[in-house]
Amino acid sequence: MKIRSAIAALAATVALPVAASYATDLEVTHWWTSGGEAAAVAELAKAFDATGNKWVDGAIAGAGSTARPIMVSRITGGDPMGATQFNHGRQAEELVQEGLMRDLTDVAERGNWKDVIRPASLLDSCTIDGKIYCAPINIHSWQWLWLSNAAFEKAGVPVPKNWDELVAAAPALEKAGIVPLAVGGQAWQANGAFDVLMLALAGKDVFLQVFGEKNAEVAAGPEMAKVFKAADDARRISRGTNVQDWNQATNMVITGKAGGQIMGDWAQGEFQLAGLKAGEDYSCLPGLGVTEMIATGGDAFYFPLLEDEAKSKAQEALAETLVDPKAQVAFNLKKGSLPVRGDVDLGAANDCMKKGLDILAKGNVIQWTDQLLSADSQKQKEDLFSEFFASGLMSPEDAQKRFAEIIATAD
Amino acid sequence: MTGQVTGRATVRAHPGRPSRLTRNLSAKIASIPMMLTAVVVFLGGTLWTVLYSFTSSKLLPRLKFVGLDQYERLWAAPRWLVSIENLAIYGVFSLIFSMVIGFMLAALMDQKIRFENTFRTIFLYPFALSFIVTGLVWQWLLNPEHGIQSVVRAMGWTGFDFNPLYDSSIVIYGILIAALWQGTGLVMCLMLAGLRGIDEDIWKASRVDGIPMWKTYLFVVIPMMRPVFVTTLVIIASGIVRVYDLVVAQTSGGPGIASEVPAKYVYDYMFQAQNLGQGFAASTMMLITVAIIIVPWAYLEFSGGRKRV
Repeated sequence: MKIRSAIAALAATVALPVAASYATDLEVTHWWTSGGEAAAVAELAKAFDATGNKWVDGAIAGAGSTARPIMVSRITGGDPMGATQFNHGRQAEELVQEGLMRDLTDVAERGNWKDVIRPASLLDSCTIDGKIYCAPINIHSWQWLWLSNAAFEKAGVPVPKNWDELVAAAPALEKAGIVPLAVGGQAWQANGAFDVLMLALAGKDVFLQVFGEKNAEVAAGPEMAKVFKAADDARRISRGTNVQDWNQATNMVITGKAGGQIMGDWAQGEFQLAGLKAGEDYSCLPGLGVTEMIATGGDAFYFPLLEDEAKSKAQEALAETLVDPKAQVAFNLKKGSLPVRGDVDLGAANDCMKKGLDILAKGNVIQWTDQLLSADSQKQKEDLFSEFFASGLMSPEDAQKRFAEIIATAD
Repeated sequence: MTGQVTGRATVRAHPGRPSRLTRNLSAKIASIPMMLTAVVVFLGGTLWTVLYSFTSSKLLPRLKFVGLDQYERLWAAPRWLVSIENLAIYGVFSLIFSMVIGFMLAALMDQKIRFENTFRTIFLYPFALSFIVTGLVWQWLLNPEHGIQSVVRAMGWTGFDFNPLYDSSIVIYGILIAALWQGTGLVMCLMLAGLRGIDEDIWKASRVDGIPMWKTYLFVVIPMMRPVFVTTLVIIASGIVRVYDLVVAQTSGGPGIASEVPAKYVYDYMFQAQNLGQGFAASTMMLITVAIIIVPWAYLEFSGGRKRV
């Protein structure tokens, strides 16, 4: 009798916590690990926990290129997480086609995503065969040139208003011992910088012909030759950067060791963290001050298909939370990215974010290479441009020839 | 004549003698799991990889055959060619230098010096570190702004230039330095063990004959240490082919693609580029390279060479 009651008591202590809370743990994997990013994720976790579920953080350190293979192998290997970050675009395309991802169409219809999410291309990137498979969370644009006002003051030249002025100011900067343009050593940075140069200098039409239609003739043509000439300039004025990570390169701009950097708006978080003020301490030029247009790449959450019903319910709750106006504002202010809906108030945004919102409101948006090209073609481009930027030997003409070959076989 | 034949037959049919199959039965049963692992995991996995290298598999393996397309693309890719060249340079130099330096250290250590244990520990210590740690340490040491270059410049030699990791033409030697620092200690220990295995009388005999010490090492001791050299060679060579983590930690393939290696190409294309077919083609090429080196050697070593040690 004594033993039995003891067992009963024991059983009760085990059963009680389960019965008391209906919270479901949901593991969410992402690669947001820098200071500003972690603060932004905490906002999402808070909003999700408020729905009565529990956010189990599965941050994977390193860039997306480190994290994505881990995520993909967990999903294909039969150990799926509750939800995972990807860049919306084609990174999860095959997982969806294999039926490993969950269809979110009813959640989207309930939340009226079609009307609130802006620009519409964001939702298009989540849509495969008419069904919606991801919840967009932010818009990140690559097309920014960040400039250190202090560096130009030291060199005695005015802060450039566009790309050509930066190239023209380069000798003065170099004389003052400043690297005119910081380009980190990792391959994706050179690749991204080239895409930004291309959109700014060759324009939207050429950009879409080359990456959208994979037109190899245009890729080998005179318009692109101009871009490669500019890339040659960029290569010349970025000599002496000698850092690997993007935030180290951004730090060179922050400390005035470099004049500028072509980097996405995530660099803004670093400026904020360093206590710098947009417009006073640093300047930003969307579209390199030439073509004021931003791409609507960014992050989205995908939900692997799970058998556990409670977890599937929690997935729905998370998808709703991500698009929720309050969570959108809290997250994006910390992250420095733009919200995916047009009906939220971002009064606290700084000068540079306002410039971005303005361009977005005008509808000057374009699909980015992550959405237009497969991961395979992107990798080949990365190989090409990291070699081009590192080696002084490859001529712009040779690089263009290889670029055209990649486009010819791209998918 | 007949008697002889029956005699032989009785020997063969002798009931007490176990057949070939049941001899050492328990040992054979015990090795079944390992044999299965070898056949299913190693051989099966290898065949599977080779098979799928002829397909257009992207993120997930799919049996859509495209013939030799993946191989054509592979051998046209500048990055693969750079990787092969780097592996060749790295392989040849790391083989030669770790053998030579390792043997020299062992020979010096064999001179009955004081504090031999201390020295041995110091030399072997780097081997206790993983390639990732080694790579990071040497990334800092070779960094022009924090490492050796800045220290020497701070001491007064302002013209001193030592910046291998940011120079495309010599970056692979920067990686080689780190690899040698890490691996020579082990080679030294293996060689030292070999040297200790040489009979004291041999040394005495050569001293009586008045043969100089270097000649004794070169013409007597080294030939006697052949088994040790073979073991060391296999250990170093297998480390060379799979070099990956050191490069990732030190340069991540840069500057540009100047320090890429084949194993990194395989990983990057399989997982980052989501192109399994291309990664499999590259790993099959690595397998063939290894086979070209190993098979003739193994044939010589294990088939007719029984009489040698």
